[in-house]
Amino acid sequence: MAFDSLSEKLQGVFKNLRSKGRLSEADVKAALKEVKMALLEADVNFKVVKQFTNTVTERAIGSDVMNGLNPGQMVIKIVNEELVNLMGSDVKDITFGTGGAITTIMMVGLQGAGKTTTTAKLAGKVKQRGKKPLLVACDIYRPAAIEQLQINGKKQEVEVFSLGDKEKPVKIAKAAMDYAKKNGFDVVIFDTAGRLHIDEDMMDELASIKNSVDILNTILVVDAMTGQDAVNVSSTFDEKIGIDGVIITKLDGDTRGGAALSIKAVTGKPILYAGMGEKLSDLEQFHPDRMASRILGMGDVLSLIEKAEAEIDKDAALQLSKKVKKASFDFNDYLTSMEQMKKLGGLTSILGMMPGINASQMAQIEGAVDDKKLAHTEAIILSMTPAERENPKLLNPSRKHRIAAGAGLDIAEVNRFIKQFEQSKKMMKQMPNMMGKGRRGMRFPF
Amino acid sequence: MAEKVSFWQRLIKGLTKTRDNFIKSMDYIFNGFTNIDEDFYEELEEVLIMGDIGVRTTETILDDLRDAVKKEHIKEPSECKAFLINEIKEQMALGEAAFDFEKKTSVVLVIGVNGVGKTTTIGKLAGKLKANGKKVMVAGADTFRAAASDQLKEWADRAGVDFVGGPEGSDPAAVVYDAVHAAKARGVDVLLVDTAGRLHNKKNLMNELSKINNTISKEFPEAYRETLIVLDGTTGQNALVQAKEFSEVTDISGIVLTKLDGTAKGGIAIAIQSELKLPVKYIGVGETIDDLEKFNADEFVDALFYVG
Repeated sequence: MAFDSLSEKLQGVFKNLRSKGRLSEADVKAALKEVKMALLEADVNFKVVKQFTNTVTERAIGSDVMNGLNPGQMVIKIVNEELVNLMGSDVKDITFGTGGAITTIMMVGLQGAGKTTTTAKLAGKVKQRGKKPLLVACDIYRPAAIEQLQINGKKQEVEVFSLGDKEKPVKIAKAAMDYAKKNGFDVVIFDTAGRLHIDEDMMDELASIKNSVDILNTILVVDAMTGQDAVNVSSTFDEKIGIDGVIITKLDGDTRGGAALSIKAVTGKPILYAGMGEKLSDLEQFHPDRMASRILGMGDVLSLIEKAEAEIDKDAALQLSKKVKKASFDFNDYLTSMEQMKKLGGLTSILGMMPGINASQMAQIEGAVDDKKLAHTEAIILSMTPAERENPKLLNPSRKHRIAAGAGLDIAEVNRFIKQFEQSKKMMKQMPNMMGKGRRGMRFPF
Repeated sequence: MAEKVSFWQRLIKGLTKTRDNFIKSMDYIFNGFTNIDEDFYEELEEVLIMGDIGVRTTETILDDLRDAVKKEHIKEPSECKAFLINEIKEQMALGEAAFDFEKKTSVVLVIGVNGVGKTTTIGKLAGKLKANGKKVMVAGADTFRAAASDQLKEWADRAGVDFVGGPEGSDPAAVVYDAVHAAKARGVDVLLVDTAGRLHNKKNLMNELSKINNTISKEFPEAYRETLIVLDGTTGQNALVQAKEFSEVTDISGIVLTKLDGTAKGGIAIAIQSELKLPVKYIGVGETIDDLEKFNADEFVDALFYVG
């Protein structure tokens, strides 16, 4: 989970602050030292960190801390505000062509940043908006790059334009534009070869593509794991060919992604999307303010809600929530919720977006949530008769034995699952109370 | 020998901008300061952190330096430079046995997350071993990523070595099983195994790697085992996390550090060595098949600090 360890650390620091009555200069300095360390460990550029901590220190040691508020909250507020300032607060998007002009997007970046995968992901996003995208394979250098784009294009049901690896990228780009015009494509995305920002010849190639084809969006794809050098890479790309926006990739796993902060701070170019996983649907609009609050451990509940809205069948969700409230939840509902969970990217992915869950807890959860177990659970429910699924009370020992045989599992496992099911039903009854507490907790997460 | 010189020249060239910045600041610190005071340490901290050496390792290095300054009565900032270089060199030095797998009948598992240059590294390693007269086989056990197998096959073809793969989505352990048997039948010296580098769901990765490991120990118990983790030299502190995570999943015997041809300083190698005690065995500086070299601590640190 991005920035997780950082939020954990900041929470640790601020816990200590909270216990004190008022913030002294020494307190702020001590806290900010930890903030500095945490940011550096997250690979935020040293100079950016220095600037950031100076700004926060200046603001924190001042009259506005003495408002009679909880001092810890006050520092968090300042740190959060400054982080938002740094990341920018508006959600930005790619620029679409006006008046029937084709929207052109050129993807650039270092080798291994994830350009080809991201290109296909972006095509999927564009397609969702009712556009007709064309992918163009301009990476003629890396073995099998064209094929990778073609495979991913096929998965996204987006056409891929290629002239093989013998033609120059500029020629491919021009031919692709002609092809797009003739065949009614309105968005053209160019996948270019990965290159080093210090490789003059290769950088010139990008510039000449940009000169021969009218590129509306030049998007720099950056690996979230880039170290201190992220600043050099992005500013060189910006100086040499001019970038309009950034997509951060691999912002999952344990990536802290401090590079995102550095790039924004140094180039001023907006981060448009963030790639979160291997699946072609795993590209999300980048919300800088939410990212900032996620750094501070407030979770990313808004993103979760949006994701859920897009992917969950709303009616089914509504029904389910009604049932949860009435606690008339049965095995059919359990199955439905399991399927929806899968669509959201699994339980762990959802939990990761919740506030107050830190890296070590996540690790425990990941250990506990076993895909095989989920499959077993599914098998158990599918081995029940429709009547049993609706009315769990029917389940007597003989029926349980039949179910176990049907699922190919031990009777003990069936019993365990049914017991768990009853327990979670009990938990659901208490849910409304818990929700109330949760909301209060969210307002003051520390 | 000629090739070696050109390689290090390339590394030095690759590290040029790096070196320029790094050395400029280093020189500024070591020659610009007249006293070893807090300002001196603070500047040094900045330079080391900007080199991706990491906060913790930087602190360790600085603590050691402070001790040495006290104990050995070092007065001049310039003397600190020699101390630093020596300390890092000692830390990074490889033992005699580091490259034993090249001489024996061995299976080399290559692990690491996606995009670090794993496939490329395998291609280069295959080419090098073959040039040394070894019979090499490459197994594409990354059946998860689209076209991973094709890319690897392409590299195997370029290197002129045998390739065993499976269709996308097939069982990686089955590919390894096939490869091991093919390798034994054909009298292969070194079998290089590419693995999937998925980022999330550690449990799956763990299961997959242990299944592959079990397959190898069961089907090819006499083979010498080596597990190399490939790390991107441009990655910052996350490389440390990656190495840590993988080391929890499987035993790692060495690191391949790639992409040192940019402006990244590769200081992360020092951090990993210092925190996880894993040796860097190879480094890569470019795209062609010769651009992979055995790691040499002296030359690496000298190139980084540009000594002479």
